[in-house]
Amino acid sequence: MSDTPPAAHTRRGFPMKPRLPRTPAAVAGAVLVAAMIMLAVAGPPIWGASAERIDAAAILQGASAAHPLGTDSLGRDLLARVLVAGRFSLALALAATLIGGLAGIVLGALPSVLPGRPARLITGTVNALVAFPGLLLAMFTAVVSGLGARGAVLGIGVAIAPGFARLTQTLAATVAGSDYVSAARMLGVSRRRILTGHVLPNIAEPLILQLTQALGGALLGLAGMSFLGLGVQPPSFDWGRLLYDGFARIYVTPEVALGPAAAIALAGIGFNLLGDAMAKAAARTAAGGKASDTAVPPDPGEPNPGAVLEVRDLTVAFPGGVTPVRGLSLTIAPGEIVGLVGESGSGKSLTAAAIGGLVPYPGTVAYGRLLLGGRDVATLSGKALGTTLAMVFQDPMASLNPALRVGGQLAEVARVHQGAGRAEANRRAVDRLGHVHLPDPAARARQHPHELSGGMRQRAVIAMGLMATPRLIIADEPTTALDVTVQRQILRLLREVTEESGAAALFITHDIAVVGELCDRVMVMYAGRVVEELPVSRLAAEAAHPYTRALIASLPDMATDRDKPLASIPGRQPAPSEVGPGCAFADRCALATARCSAERPPLIPYGEAGRVACWEVK
Amino acid sequence: MIIEDLTVRFGAFTAVDRVTLEIPPGRIVGLVGESGSGKSSLARAVSGLVPYTGRIDGARNVQMVFQDPYASLDPRMTVGESVGEGVRRDRAGRRAEVERLLGLVSLPAGLAGRYPRELSGGQRQRVAIARALGAAPDLLVADEITSALDVSVQGAVLNLVRSLRDELGLSMLFISHNLAVVRYVSDVVAVMHQGRVVESGPTERVVGEPAHDYTRALLEAVPRLT
Amino acid sequence: MRELHKSGPGSPRRVRSRGPRWVVRQVVRFAVSLAALLVASFAMIHFIPGDPVRASLGPAAPIELVQARTAALGLDRSIPEQFLTYTGHVLSGNFGTSFLSGEPVVEIVAARLPNTLALALLATVVALLVAVPLGMWAAVRTENGRNRGTEYAFTTVTGTAVAVPEFLYSIALVTVFAIGLGAFPPAGKAGAASYVLPVLALAIGPIAMIARISRAETLRELGTDYVRLARAKRLPAARLYLRHVLPNTLTATLTLGGLLLSALIAGSVLVEYVFAWPGLGMKIVESITQKDYPVAQGVILVYGAIVLVVNLAVDLALAALDPTSKIREA
Repeated sequence: MSDTPPAAHTRRGFPMKPRLPRTPAAVAGAVLVAAMIMLAVAGPPIWGASAERIDAAAILQGASAAHPLGTDSLGRDLLARVLVAGRFSLALALAATLIGGLAGIVLGALPSVLPGRPARLITGTVNALVAFPGLLLAMFTAVVSGLGARGAVLGIGVAIAPGFARLTQTLAATVAGSDYVSAARMLGVSRRRILTGHVLPNIAEPLILQLTQALGGALLGLAGMSFLGLGVQPPSFDWGRLLYDGFARIYVTPEVALGPAAAIALAGIGFNLLGDAMAKAAARTAAGGKASDTAVPPDPGEPNPGAVLEVRDLTVAFPGGVTPVRGLSLTIAPGEIVGLVGESGSGKSLTAAAIGGLVPYPGTVAYGRLLLGGRDVATLSGKALGTTLAMVFQDPMASLNPALRVGGQLAEVARVHQGAGRAEANRRAVDRLGHVHLPDPAARARQHPHELSGGMRQRAVIAMGLMATPRLIIADEPTTALDVTVQRQILRLLREVTEESGAAALFITHDIAVVGELCDRVMVMYAGRVVEELPVSRLAAEAAHPYTRALIASLPDMATDRDKPLASIPGRQPAPSEVGPGCAFADRCALATARCSAERPPLIPYGEAGRVACWEVK
Repeated sequence: MIIEDLTVRFGAFTAVDRVTLEIPPGRIVGLVGESGSGKSSLARAVSGLVPYTGRIDGARNVQMVFQDPYASLDPRMTVGESVGEGVRRDRAGRRAEVERLLGLVSLPAGLAGRYPRELSGGQRQRVAIARALGAAPDLLVADEITSALDVSVQGAVLNLVRSLRDELGLSMLFISHNLAVVRYVSDVVAVMHQGRVVESGPTERVVGEPAHDYTRALLEAVPRLT
Repeated sequence: MRELHKSGPGSPRRVRSRGPRWVVRQVVRFAVSLAALLVASFAMIHFIPGDPVRASLGPAAPIELVQARTAALGLDRSIPEQFLTYTGHVLSGNFGTSFLSGEPVVEIVAARLPNTLALALLATVVALLVAVPLGMWAAVRTENGRNRGTEYAFTTVTGTAVAVPEFLYSIALVTVFAIGLGAFPPAGKAGAASYVLPVLALAIGPIAMIARISRAETLRELGTDYVRLARAKRLPAARLYLRHVLPNTLTATLTLGGLLLSALIAGSVLVEYVFAWPGLGMKIVESITQKDYPVAQGVILVYGAIVLVVNLAVDLALAALDPTSKIREA
């Protein structure tokens, strides 16, 4: 749908200053990592001496007041040793991360510099290596470079490198394929400038983020190697080596394993939580808005017994004072096709979602009246709603489930809501597919959605709505993703289907010209409200609202005078959180007076079967 | 500028099939077609972004404006930096030039310090046009530049396109799936279908007396208000 | 979203065909990787600085013994000659003999491989069975930001669980359930009870990781138009989630399952070490610390080959299962 509520105004921006979210998890991560760094700096000078103090009288002790975590085979205090080992553990992890990260970034960047064949060779090797578990690569390297800290660091570095190479490759390829790099190339910007000006700045942030996360992984990997006896060897010691020693005594004094185990776990958790929080901060886009009170809907008056759909004072609100639909009213008679026109952000798609009960959480829907076939939508059972209301969305690629056969998706409605058997439901599905002029419907029913063209898929979605006997079809931009020639066919089909079944339709679109092809009546939405309503036959010549008129004038058609400039509307539509007390269009309107920005014009009858909300229309 | 026998292939698929097209100086040639017709591949070939066979004569400096204004500006560059990318001058000269270019597309000079995320879609598209103009192109290729914009903004961008031709004498290849839009801005219209140009000629002639069946089908399908 | 007219360069959508040619390509790629693995395992011995035989036998060994061993291993011949012999041996199932015990490496592998595979497979199955429903449940409960508390607890618990390595889980489980409570055997492989702790230790981290991915995948599915349409049709919840959402998350789940199995086969090294499990992992650690190079070489070769086979199997299974055949290449 074209109005995705609050986020719609922050699309694809990158955050100005990625700030860590203040969640307890993020804070815990930051605190743990800060503590690790402090330990690495201050640990050895403070506890270095006691960690090395040999005490023949206190060999292999368990926990005691003097030695809270016990002592080792030379009587050295294990708590002190754990605190001192922090520096070495972190330093090794840092070294491994830098080796792996650097090697990976170089390997990942090389293919974009080298000619085809070596580039492909490197890409292929990286792809093969990525599939190998890191520990396997690390052990291989450790065998070759010998047991000890050096081998383990190299090994973990080698284990980290392929992932970095892959990430660098993907990121660089994405940026290199972007329109702005194409534009720079056309402008004759040098390769080096493109690399330093566009590619590096745009890939640096995710790479640095990845380095932080890899640091935690390297620390755990090195601890694992040392724990297996393949890493740090005595007399050096890191947390993994201390755990190795402690594990040998676990049956006698389990507490001696506690210190190094806790240190490793806390370091791992700290880096992971911080990494998560940083990744979230980098991906987050700003969202704002201020709270406001929701108005109580006024008295809706008498219901209209003949209407298929009657909506009075429909309001859709989101937390933070964002109200994309404000007090909207509309009535649709049987067999009538009503067009709801507006630009993105006008609230037209949310109106459709509210009628269908599909407003996403945390949106709230309030209304004076919302009657479908004379009954309150809230009291209708799922079955009644599922069979009287049919919906068609914009993208036919996305409206059908790619995993299921077309026929099965249609038959589902008959089976679930109408109690039809499998064979009967399938027969009906094929019949409906034929009804929307899908060639060879029986064969199409057995196919998966990706085997159908866009136009055919949209026909299938319409057929799905016709499985039951809908009283109302809501079509939300059903032709926007289609080519004009296909669009015309689908519009005809919709017309045909409503005439035949007597169903009414609510047709939602941003394209006011399409309305003329299909609808009986049109409602124009602006900033969450209907500003004008009139029969389509009078739209071109007799529209009264300045916005409707400007919209029509700014749209070139096949009769537009090519020697005159097109009308254009200055400024932009206010966001749902910015709408003031007056007319929302006042800022962009040539006719606006002081009254317009102070007081909102009501939607009042105007002309034949029309309504308009404007102070300046007399 | 003349395009002769231009062919673009992606593997076994021929996206553009031996297209010949002339773009007279100071004129806007509109290229209309449906998705998959090869019009965007043709645009990219003319702009030197995809490999092709055939000849392109008479345009050394081609610049392109893309469909999606949200993807065509580097999010980490200010408007001024983006617009100034193709300008080869010293610091002060570049600044004045950026100001002049922004003025050409009716944007205030104060926008130079802003980032793309602070701009509306219509403003971004103007920035992209200003960036292209900075290189003083012989030909500007505009690929669906209004299809991502709201209707109320679209008109202003189309007016800008026409005024650039009238005031700067800019030659342009204007690509769109919307025949009404192409008709409004173009002097010459070429209709593309399945990789080939099936009809081309002066706008009034092609729209008024279409010779090819496909052109007629396209004309027939254009939605009309009345 | 916005109505973009789709018309990128080469608008023909690049749907990779999964026909016979694709299968052949996958198999060729597999063979090339296998060959590369063979070269790497051969080269391993030669990369070791100094004389591997001397390093293995120790400085006290008499020169005659070292020379005899070197000749027996063929290390005195030229490199290409050695590689040909090595390849011939590997292809005929001869992985050499242990420096220390004199046992054929093939027999060591044959005796221990099943134990490792049993652990890894069980842990994979347990992880998928627990994590996929857990992730789906979390997604449904926290969709569109409802139930912030649940979302918060879920991300924090899984974020923490992912960050603790399997050997710490192993040690904790041994200390509490084997040494403390005596509920399960602390080490060795003897009966069904002895599987519980190692499988658990191996599965906890992956459960957390897959549950997160399963939640993200499900959330993505819940946002699609076809799920909105299914909701508009008012399908019962069970049908909605099981028929419309689950099948579309399976591709990702299966891919993960494959990656997970390879990762667990390697990850079992640490778990086997803690539980003294008679598997390949235990052996590779021993062989490296004791410098028993033929064993290390053979085990690494076998590990690598298993990873390659699993990856190939997953790729082919995905291609066979996915109706749209548009899976991303791994």
